[in-house]
Amino acid sequence: MKLEVRDLGVWFADRRVVEVDSLELDRGETLGLVGETGSGKSMTAYAIAGLAPGMGARVEGSVQLDGRELTTLSQGAWRDIRGRRIAMIFQAPISSLNPVFRTGDVFTRALQLHGASKAEARTRAAEAMRSVSLSPDLLRRYPHQLSGGQAQRIAIAQAIALRAEVLIADEPTSALDVTVQAEILEQLQKLRTEEGIATLFISHDLAVVSGLCDRVAIMRDGRIVERGPVRETLTSPQHAYTRELLAAVPRLGEAGNAHA
Amino acid sequence: MLEVRDLVVRYGPVVAVDGVSLSVPKGPAGFGLVGESGSGKTTIGRAIVKLVEPESGSIELDGLDVLGARGGDLKRYRKGVQIIFQDPDSTLDPRMRVRGAITEVLRAHGAVPRAGEAARVTELLEQVGLQADHADRLPHQLSGGQRQRVSIARALAVEPELLVLDEPTSALDVTVQARVLELIARLREERSLAYLLISHNLAVVEQLCEQVAVLYLGRIVEQGAAALVLSQPAHPYSRALRAAVPELSEQLPRPATTRADPPDPASPPSGCPFHPRCPLAIDRCRQEEPQLREVAGRMAACHRAEDAVRGQSEASDQRS
Repeated sequence: MKLEVRDLGVWFADRRVVEVDSLELDRGETLGLVGETGSGKSMTAYAIAGLAPGMGARVEGSVQLDGRELTTLSQGAWRDIRGRRIAMIFQAPISSLNPVFRTGDVFTRALQLHGASKAEARTRAAEAMRSVSLSPDLLRRYPHQLSGGQAQRIAIAQAIALRAEVLIADEPTSALDVTVQAEILEQLQKLRTEEGIATLFISHDLAVVSGLCDRVAIMRDGRIVERGPVRETLTSPQHAYTRELLAAVPRLGEAGNAHA
Repeated sequence: MLEVRDLVVRYGPVVAVDGVSLSVPKGPAGFGLVGESGSGKTTIGRAIVKLVEPESGSIELDGLDVLGARGGDLKRYRKGVQIIFQDPDSTLDPRMRVRGAITEVLRAHGAVPRAGEAARVTELLEQVGLQADHADRLPHQLSGGQRQRVSIARALAVEPELLVLDEPTSALDVTVQARVLELIARLREERSLAYLLISHNLAVVEQLCEQVAVLYLGRIVEQGAAALVLSQPAHPYSRALRAAVPELSEQLPRPATTRADPPDPASPPSGCPFHPRCPLAIDRCRQEEPQLREVAGRMAACHRAEDAVRGQSEASDQRS
């Protein structure tokens, strides 16, 4: 599996909000895409996942999955790829589930759409639930009966059950409490080591990215201003903006505490 | 000085705040309230500014009984204690210019004569790091950080003694957050401000507060000097919270609880509210609710706090 992005541009009317020269993602790799509000990080993810045109954006440039061009795919062809090969999870896990269906119905239907029989779909859903440390009983619940952490783990379980190769995670833990966030991050780590899933992890949080990702790309005003292996980039940042972001991260146990 | 005693706030079947006592000293001083969703931290802030009615307990400001206060006393209290919310957009009228938003507060409290209003608005804007010409802007013509500065200017307009800061920087980008935190630290010294800082971010509380209380399911489970509690927490919940904070390192934070999802606040567990998630829970924890008591230089509500503290020093011995 290889995902390659070249000269990606995303336009709203005559305003270009994303201008990414290149991005690459290999099997089992986690790439952090970091930026502040309006940096274009989420829109880059939506463009890669084929969701940007539906939001009224015009996409130019190239996104290739194993050499197959995705930007020119029809919606029908996308349906085959999205979910099965490329899965996406979002910041608000509960509101990204359909409130009128039990979570299990959506889950098994997705598997059936991608060719599983009903019985097979049920078994695979239950298995995937257990692999994210959830009881399959939760599949009988409606989204509002789940906590944010449970809903996010169910979204990850869906990606596992569909055997997705690429996971695009848009701020998947930003709305969660830190103890729950720690669990979800552990799940994402496991997804990489056990399933070999490649993850594009969109985040504003450099601390989270530093622990989870292999490589990082820092975005500002639609462009990548710095990129590289996480450790090098965050310990010896070359770009002034990366330094500014790092300096702004509130840290525990800093001697800078004037009132202690 | 603000004194909260045995505060209980109920929302229908949910006891959101269950017997909380705390005191915020005269400024300059910062008291941090940390905890996760549903811990009751925001409700405590709202009870203090009288946005919610407690079921029982007392709140006193410099000897004034806040819950029973009427007339002039109540008006003075409302002037003396101001709140700043997470989302400045929910407090600023989108059709009102910054000047109007600040003047409104000045007039409501008769803070300055009309002739002095314009000068006072400029002065307040400058104090929060904005310029005089921001007065003529509408909220949508400002950035999120600038809007939060306007909220702070509004709160300061009436020279409060105490600010309740409810997640004041959580909706802001980190670079903007850093500057707003600097502003709060500066105002605190310049104006001898006392504040109750409600935050889920332990590092923010450590930067701005001397004291901290850790809340879980409406109860204070640990309380003491922020530097001590946040660096060497004694309660297993505070420890789990501390361990879950992501840091700039190659290590992911560790999930330190046996189950991440907090229990249903409408039917809290028996005994210690944290026992279903606690890695140290024993039978006693399921039956007997622990009370706050002194443990290693702070207050903690845990039957096994000594063991938790000992485990921590052993772990750090092994590391060194």
